[in-house]
This record gives sequence, structure tokens and C-alpha cells, in this order.
Amino acid sequence: METSLLLIQLINGLQLGVLLFLLSAGLTLTFGIMDFVNLAHGSLYMLGAFICASLTQLTGSFALATILALPLTALCGVIIELVVVRQLYSRNHLDHVLATFGLILCLDTLAELIWGPAGIAVLLPGILNGGVEILPGVVVPAFRLLIIAVGLMAAAGLYIVVNHTKLGMLIRAGASNRTMVGALGVDIKTLFTGVFAMGAALAGLAGLLVAPIAEASIGMGNEIIITTFVVIIIGGIGSMKGAFIAALLIGLIDTLGRSYLDDFFNLFMSHEAAETAAPAVSAMLIYLMMAVILAIRPQGLFPAASR
Amino acid sequence: MSDHTPATRSPAFWINAALLALLALVPPILFITGQPFWLDVFTRLVILAIAATALNLILGFGGLVSFGHAAYLGLGAYAVGIPTYHALYGGMDAIASFNGFLHLGLAIAISALFALLTGAISLRTRGVNFIMITMAFGQMVFYAIVALENYGGDDGLTIDVRSEFPLISLDNPLTLYAVGYLSLLLVLFIVYKITRSRFGLTLQGARSNEERMRSLGVDCYRYQLVAFVISGALCGYAGFLLGNFTTFISPEMMDWTRSGELMFMVILGGAAFLLGPVIGAAAFILLEQLLREVTIHWHLPFGILLILSVLFFKGGLAGIVDRQRLKGNRQ
Repeated sequence: METSLLLIQLINGLQLGVLLFLLSAGLTLTFGIMDFVNLAHGSLYMLGAFICASLTQLTGSFALATILALPLTALCGVIIELVVVRQLYSRNHLDHVLATFGLILCLDTLAELIWGPAGIAVLLPGILNGGVEILPGVVVPAFRLLIIAVGLMAAAGLYIVVNHTKLGMLIRAGASNRTMVGALGVDIKTLFTGVFAMGAALAGLAGLLVAPIAEASIGMGNEIIITTFVVIIIGGIGSMKGAFIAALLIGLIDTLGRSYLDDFFNLFMSHEAAETAAPAVSAMLIYLMMAVILAIRPQGLFPAASR
Repeated sequence: MSDHTPATRSPAFWINAALLALLALVPPILFITGQPFWLDVFTRLVILAIAATALNLILGFGGLVSFGHAAYLGLGAYAVGIPTYHALYGGMDAIASFNGFLHLGLAIAISALFALLTGAISLRTRGVNFIMITMAFGQMVFYAIVALENYGGDDGLTIDVRSEFPLISLDNPLTLYAVGYLSLLLVLFIVYKITRSRFGLTLQGARSNEERMRSLGVDCYRYQLVAFVISGALCGYAGFLLGNFTTFISPEMMDWTRSGELMFMVILGGAAFLLGPVIGAAAFILLEQLLREVTIHWHLPFGILLILSVLFFKGGLAGIVDRQRLKGNRQ
């Protein structure tokens, strides 16, 4: 096992973990505060990627596209909240799941109508395209380091907003007792729309960060949303701290599992058996881990305080 | 369905009977009059109605929102595909066979086992956790099959030879439809018997008020787990039929969006009504078929209709009939 390769895989895992955190943070906010389950969260991730891809082509600048794409994705979130989501707060979780499932079908098809069925690649400016030598002889893509940095900054920003601002105080109060906050004269409806938009912007941020690596494509959100669910199940639903730790854990385990599981299986299996088993097991690894954690702690690692 | 004594058959009973009679008669007539395409649509309809009825046992009667039931369809279908593949191309002598009984047994056994293992863990949680966990376990099967490149992985697997049974041949589309239709009746009968049994009543009691059931000394977890396993096994049976019907199987058929569609069939028709899922599956598949003919972007109007049905259409199609009945009773 080469150390430099391991280091690169660690960075890839960290990068995946950071993206997963951006997605799970949005879900955690909407679930924790509005008690709303949003399956269409992955579609906002997709919208972020497509909007960024279009704007990059239009303006010729990835940086400018990024700055414009964030508020635009948040705006999409506001529209979705006003038209559909708002009607659902008083309903049960089953209705949330079904309606947002319908929303996914709509948003995926709309994206296909606007951007076409093929994916759109996003070109990076030269400065981000290169590699950075983090250790002698170990070069990692600069953009992946940027993703990690941006993700960690977003996490820190979120922490400060939620814990040290008036808005954050309202958000936390809303999470612990909605009715009371409303009775104290806070405009709950606007607060909810704002929180939903914030979640949308975080999902959009993840989407536009991943677009240069993977390209924007229809249905990209439907794959990652399940991994995001695994993250928040393991972390404990509604817990931001749990989401952060579980996201990094899942990112690392998934990435390392895919690279090293066959080596590990080779230790006690024939080469052929390992070749067959390793891809299947590494594809299931995070789900198996989820199963084990739930068997021991049904509420996840860091269950949010009960309401 | 509601309580019937022979003397007072409700309108719902007659509607249900008419629906089952239509399903028995219309597709064969369409086939004989030269519309084989519609027989295919109806075959898919009855098979998915079986899966939806199986899901209704835990979703409607048990109140457990499982979002991973497409996995059982896939497991059942691959229980046909994998033995057939080995019978044709060698390897895995223990299961290599065209024998339909072996396929059927494998489909039901593997589905039941998977339901037992995942149910044992997911049933320790409730609400949103349960929805997401069943979803994640379903997707685990999806990814496992994608990774099995021997069996086509992402590209899927063609079933070159259908399951073989004595006396009947599933290659005949009418026979296949008849098998599907009779299976649907059988599964409806099983679910009906379960919901009327002491076991089924306990399950429904746990749905209405779990705490109260527990304080009565009932171990709800066990009842729910058994129901979960029965539901999984029945759904695996539907998968066995689906594999024999499509003869091409791929991980796509167990994607989580498929599970969402199954849930919609149950809710659209009316959860906790015996024939609700059948009505839902019929509405779902016929609507899908009609929209497909209008536009290739049929997902958009379809999605809008789904959202509207959630917002304005509580209780599903069967609920309308039932509300009429309740009104009638009150008068």
C-alpha cells in the first residue's frame, strides 16, 4: 500500500464527505425545523449543477457562475416552497414523501426540457485545473482541495449562524417549539421559507462544486440523496453535529472501501473470489455499516434532543 | 374493504367484484381481438397489483411506510434470472436449473430472508427513520446487483428461457396473464385472511395505537416483523412473475423510484382497503400508458398529478367509495 496513494484516497474521501455534509445539512435544517421530509432535495443539488454549468458557458467564468448560481438555486427553493412544500407542513411524513416524490419527477423532466437529456460538463479555469504538491511527490487536484475548503467553511458558517446569530436563535427556537415561536410574534411562514431556501442554497453549492468533476446530469440528485439519507440516519436525524461527523465517516469509508477492499479480501480469499466479492461488498459497505450502527443504536450516533 | 354480511353487500363490494371481473375478461378479449399490446399492459398491471397488495399489508394495515419494496421485486426476478443463466452457461450447479418450482422457492425464500434481516433492524425505529432506512436497504440491493458484473451488472440480464412448470407454458402470453391474475386473487385472499385473523387485528391495533397495544401486553415488534416478512415474500413472488414476464431484468427495476411508484399505487388506490392497491395500480399504469402516448416528457404531467393527488385527494380512489358508504350508513 503506497502512502501517497492512500493520501490521495483520503483526500477524495474527505471531499465526498464534505459534499455529503452540504446536502445533509440542508435536509437536517428542513427536517429539524419544519419537521419536513424532502425527497426532492437531490433535485436542488441537480439544479445547482445545471445552473452553474449554463452560467459558466454564458459568462465564460466559473467564479462568476458560482456566485450567481447560489442565489438562483435558493430562488428555485423559494418557489418550490411557496407552491408545493408550504401546503404540506400540516400533513404527515407519508404525504411529504409522496408529494416530494412527484416533485422529483417534475423537476427532473423540467431539467431535461431546459438542458437536454445529455449531461453538461463544466470547464474549470486554468488555476483550479492544476495539481498541488502537498507532500514531496504527492500531487492532488487543486479543485478537490478547494471543495474541501469551501465545504468546511460552509460548515463553520452554518455553525456560527445557527449558534451565534438572532436568525439562528429563531431557527433553534422553531426547532424546539414551533407553536410557541409563532405565538411570540415571529413570522413563522417567512422563517420556514428562508430556512428552505438556505437548505436549497447548500444543496446547490454541493451541486455546483461537483459539476466540474462529474458534470451536471439528469438524475444525479437521485443517486446521492440515498447516500445523504444514510448519513443522516447514522448521524441521528435532525442533528447537525451528527450529520457532519457521519458525512465525513461515510465519505472516507465509501472511498477507501472501493480502493482497498480487494486488497483486504486478498488476505484471506483466493484472488478470483476477492475480485468478484470486493466490488459488491464495497458497494454495500456504507449500508452494512448503517445496519450495524442501527442494530446497536437505533436512533443513530448523535440523536437530536427529543421534541 | 368493509365488513360484509351476505345480506347487506355494500356498493364497495360490488365495485370491487366488478373490477375483478373486468380484469378477468377485458385483457383476454383485447388479446383475441388483436390487441396483444394491451394484454402486456394488463399483465404488468396485475403483477404490480400483487406487489402493491403485498406492500399494503404493512403500509396500509400495519402503518409501516416501507420505501424499499422494489428490492423484493428485483430479488424475485433475479431468482429466475440467475439459475437460468447458470443452466445455460454453466457454473453454480447447485442452483443451475430451469425448474419453475426452484425459481419460485428461491424468490420467496430470499425475499423472506432479506425482509427478516432488514426488518429486524428497521422495525426498531419509527416514522421518518423507518422510511429512510427501508429506502437505504432497498438501494443496497440495487448497488449489490449493479456490482455483480457476472450477471450483467448495470446492463441487466436477459432471461432466455422462462421458468418451466409441468402442464403449462409461461411462453404463452394468455397463460402468463391467467397465472398473474389468479396469483393476484390468491394474494388478495391471503391478505384478506390475514387482516381478519387475530394476527391481522393485532397488527392494525399496533398501527392505531402502539403504546396501548403494548400496555395490553402485546409484543408489537414481533407482529410487525412477521407481517414485514410475509409482505416481502409476497412481493418477491410478484418479482418472480415480473422476471418471467419481461424476460429482461436489470437493477433499474429495483431503483428507489420504483419503490416510490409502488407506494403511490397503494396510496392512490386507498391504503388499508383490500382492493385499494389494485385500483391504484390500475389507475397508475393506465395513466402512465396514456400520458406516454401523448408526450415523451410524460413524467412532468404525471408528477404534477401525483402532487395534486396528495394535496387534494385524501384517502385515495377507494376512499371515495368508502366515504359514500359511510354517508349512506349515517343516513
